[in-house]
Amino acid sequence: MTTQASRKPRRKSKTFKVTLPSDTANLDIIRKFVNGITENMGFSDEEIYKIELAVDEACANIVNHAYKNDSPPASRVIDVSVRTRPDRVEIVIADHGAGFDPQKVQNPKMQEYLKKMKRGGLGIFLMQKMMDEVKFRIKPGVRNEVKLIKYLTRDGKR
Amino acid sequence: MEKFEVIYSQEEDVAIVNIRGFLDAHTAPLFEQELQKRVDEKKFKIVVDLEGLQYISSAGLGVFMGFIEEIRGNGGDIKICGATPKVYRVFDLLGFPNLFEFAENRMEAVVKFNNQ
Repeated sequence: MTTQASRKPRRKSKTFKVTLPSDTANLDIIRKFVNGITENMGFSDEEIYKIELAVDEACANIVNHAYKNDSPPASRVIDVSVRTRPDRVEIVIADHGAGFDPQKVQNPKMQEYLKKMKRGGLGIFLMQKMMDEVKFRIKPGVRNEVKLIKYLTRDGKR
Repeated sequence: MEKFEVIYSQEEDVAIVNIRGFLDAHTAPLFEQELQKRVDEKKFKIVVDLEGLQYISSAGLGVFMGFIEEIRGNGGDIKICGATPKVYRVFDLLGFPNLFEFAENRMEAVVKFNNQ
């Protein structure tokens, strides 16, 4: 007798990778890369916008914060890896820079932001709002990763 | 490269800054320079018209925050209009509707200044 598991159609996961210099000029290339893959997976336009925004914020944070000016320019890169699963997309964005403590990054309070004329710091907050799951793995100077997950069947609300 | 454009015009004493295309960390400095010019000219009544804006990230939102205090301190304001639902959602998530006045379109935004 065949088991339930073996009757299920086996849809393969696929992984797409790109490595680009850590530069804001590449943000739109990264968004288009992610857009193409998630569109093929069947995500709606609205969901694709959210995924693009989350990825953009993660990459912009790398450009703004990850690498010290004294690191060789060729070593300042962003790795983007998009894994398509039957029920979700998993996007890993990594750098090899200084790293940070995600616990210490607090969600912004807009009134206080205004008073201080403070910019930035909104990226992680937006990533969490846009995606179903956001996970960090920080190894300073070695590899810092943020993993963004979005499910196909959910409406994006947590 | 995706396109980003800033188009400046004037309606009576209100400066209209129309931003179009994709506003991200790469293009935000262009928007910032435009607002800086207006502030340098002491034009503190500003409507930012988002008609034609397809995308905004937090870098773009940061530009608004960077100027609003100085502009209000000089008796002016930034009013925002013309956002598509997708773009408006990003503003909304970050609490902007509590801090900025939004209007449907440019006319309505200009009228908000005249009524003050």
